[in-house]
Amino acid sequence: MVETGHFALVLALTLALVQSVVPLYGARVGDTRLMQIGGTAAVTGFALTLLSFAALTVAYAQSDFSVANVWENSHSAKPMLFKITGVWGNHEGSMLLWVLILNFFGALVAAFGANLPPTLRANVLAVQGWIGTAFLLFILATSNPFLRLSPAPFEGQDLNPILQDIGLAIHPPLLYLGYVGFSISFSFAVAALIEGRIDAAWARWVRPWTLAAWIFLTGGIAMGSYWAYYELGWGGFWFWDPVENASFMPWLAGTALLHSAIVMEKRSALKIWTLLLAIMTFSLSLLGTFLVRSGVLTSVHAFATDPSRGIFILCILIVFIGGSLALFAFRASSLTQGGIFQPISREGALVLNNLFLTTATATVLIGTLYPLLVEAISGDKISVGAPFFNLTFGAVMLPLLLVVPFGPLLAWKRGDAFAAAQRLMTAAGAALFAMICTMIIVDGETVLAAVGIGLAVWLIIGALTDLALKAGLGSVDANVLWRRLRGLPRSVFGTTLAHLGLGVTTLGLVGALSFQTEAILVMKPKQVVEVAGNTIRFEGLRPFRGPNFTEDQGIFTLLNEAAAPAAEIVSAKRFYPVRQMPTTEAGIKTLWFSQLYISLGDETGDGAAVVRIWYKPMVTLIWLGAVVMMAGGTASLMDRRLRVGAPARRKPGKTAAAT
Amino acid sequence: MTRLAHLFLALCLVVMTAQPVFAVKPDEVLANPALEARARSLSEHLRCMVCQNQSIDESDAELARDLRVLVRERLVAGDTDDQVMDYIVSRYGEFVLLKPRFNLRNGILWAAPAIFLLGGGLFMLTSLRRRKAGVQAVALTPEEQVALDRIVGRDD
Repeated sequence: MVETGHFALVLALTLALVQSVVPLYGARVGDTRLMQIGGTAAVTGFALTLLSFAALTVAYAQSDFSVANVWENSHSAKPMLFKITGVWGNHEGSMLLWVLILNFFGALVAAFGANLPPTLRANVLAVQGWIGTAFLLFILATSNPFLRLSPAPFEGQDLNPILQDIGLAIHPPLLYLGYVGFSISFSFAVAALIEGRIDAAWARWVRPWTLAAWIFLTGGIAMGSYWAYYELGWGGFWFWDPVENASFMPWLAGTALLHSAIVMEKRSALKIWTLLLAIMTFSLSLLGTFLVRSGVLTSVHAFATDPSRGIFILCILIVFIGGSLALFAFRASSLTQGGIFQPISREGALVLNNLFLTTATATVLIGTLYPLLVEAISGDKISVGAPFFNLTFGAVMLPLLLVVPFGPLLAWKRGDAFAAAQRLMTAAGAALFAMICTMIIVDGETVLAAVGIGLAVWLIIGALTDLALKAGLGSVDANVLWRRLRGLPRSVFGTTLAHLGLGVTTLGLVGALSFQTEAILVMKPKQVVEVAGNTIRFEGLRPFRGPNFTEDQGIFTLLNEAAAPAAEIVSAKRFYPVRQMPTTEAGIKTLWFSQLYISLGDETGDGAAVVRIWYKPMVTLIWLGAVVMMAGGTASLMDRRLRVGAPARRKPGKTAAAT
Repeated sequence: MTRLAHLFLALCLVVMTAQPVFAVKPDEVLANPALEARARSLSEHLRCMVCQNQSIDESDAELARDLRVLVRERLVAGDTDDQVMDYIVSRYGEFVLLKPRFNLRNGILWAAPAIFLLGGGLFMLTSLRRRKAGVQAVALTPEEQVALDRIVGRDD
């Protein structure tokens, strides 16, 4: 089975080569049969990669330690779920997942791209084939998961304990679906450049792919953030770590791309810019892959000691980013510009959105790479960490968040900012009210927090205002209002939900960062402590043995007003003997949208232990907001115009097939 | 190999290879709440030098603990926040600062967002203006000219 998987992977590479060349040539000479080979190659290539992935999964499930990759990252005592998720819990396996998802998207284009012009479809598949070829080569040459050991060891080295969590089952696949999903936008952009033709219909074809990728990436980032929050044990949810930034930059650029593609679709303006954004978004995904895979982040020296993988990805990076940008520079001037508009208009607002989002992306990019740059040039080591990013990124995002509610209220071509402001009076009033309330309730000291709360309310009510106005609130009676609301295109709900989600996340961020309460203390058994109005009793420590770990559990009881137990919270320190690594398992109790977060420290004798307890108000809203944003993306994805596609394009396609 | 395998972790994950943390310990906490609050906010700006990307406030490494204690000692001795930071930088170098200093070498880093925003905004406005001017001056294509002539009724 293992060799079958290995063989299938080599075969997938061969097919990727076919997919790279044949449809491209077919599109060039106008040969329909050659073009159609692209689709067949894409679907078959996906099937082969799936087979290969399944083979590796079986090796993991059976604990086949004759496979070096399984031996390095698995253990026979590991629960089955973590045996399977362990497939992508390592470098080689995760690259295989990367390619599997890449080919999955390629196969989807092949299967659902029937309404595309045949040459565009062929070129898109060819570009997907190039990416697939590059990464399959990378896997086979430097990161082969199917290498064997002889003789086979009896027991594996186990998976890193931090990864033995349900988070590993969800986070990387979601993240990759987003990361790699942007390859489709990239391929569409490059294909359009190859053809030298681009129109509003192009934006409509790319939109569902970009949206889907964006939804997955949003979910992946939010999931990763929550995972880090509960697993790392000090309740942080975003660390501005280079690895996080690597996934956040494509998200920012992808968000900009979603917005600029709207302008292109509706008004056929911003075409060149949209193309560039599509290229940049996937380039940032590739850059992220390079940063994470090459080890260049820990230090330039770590990269130099084992550079084979790093250099390989760097080459992929240079070829794809450099090549696509060169093609862009070469062809962009031949593309026609579209409709014109006034600065104050829907287009203007979306351009402003793009300006701020790309600036934010650039800020994160430079902050992430600057230490490398300084070290490479002068040898000095500097750090660029959370305080820098909070300050600069915050300063860039604040004005953007302020203007978000205006965007959907402005008309195309020429908008009326004053009228939009008038319509937003309710939102502004609510925001002001929220600010004043915050100031009164929590003293006047936390001005920044009050502004943050106001901003969140402004975003939420502003998003709802747009929906209410589009349904005709205030001018029609309830019956008509309901009918009109139901008749609105799904994409309107998409916009509202996405912007609403942004407000919800903002609310969670402000709540958790500004109003959290923390207690650090040594607790003896039966000792009671009060944290932000919650009474918690420490019951004592209790040993526990899991399938492949041991842990010391601290048992806590949340008491209600009558001093009766309301809930039990278990916080533990785990120890994984195979890797000799400890982990913490935070005890978390969700109270509405807020959470009590208990982290257990060292035992100090007499059954007492060091305990850190946080009360984090509204913290779950950070991730719920992301879920609302995803719902918005999904609503937009189900919009009728995307499902129907562009039927007018089908006819020339058929005639081309007939000739 | 193991090192890379380890590194990988960072992969997709937002999670670090670092050990689970349990930062500030009860015995470190200063009695004076105002001083303690200052110590905490300073700690958030200091890097734990042996960790991957953690402040000393978040890390349970020995070195981080030493630094936390040092920060508190200086504060108790009556140093201002700036004096504490200068003192620590003089001993450990600028690598310890999570927010790089505002100096010439870090100029690009700090100025980048503003440059991007202003440059981008300027480019946006000029291209908008240029295109508006350009669109007005665009000549009709021959076919459009023919069509126009037909409508107007000229056939020269």
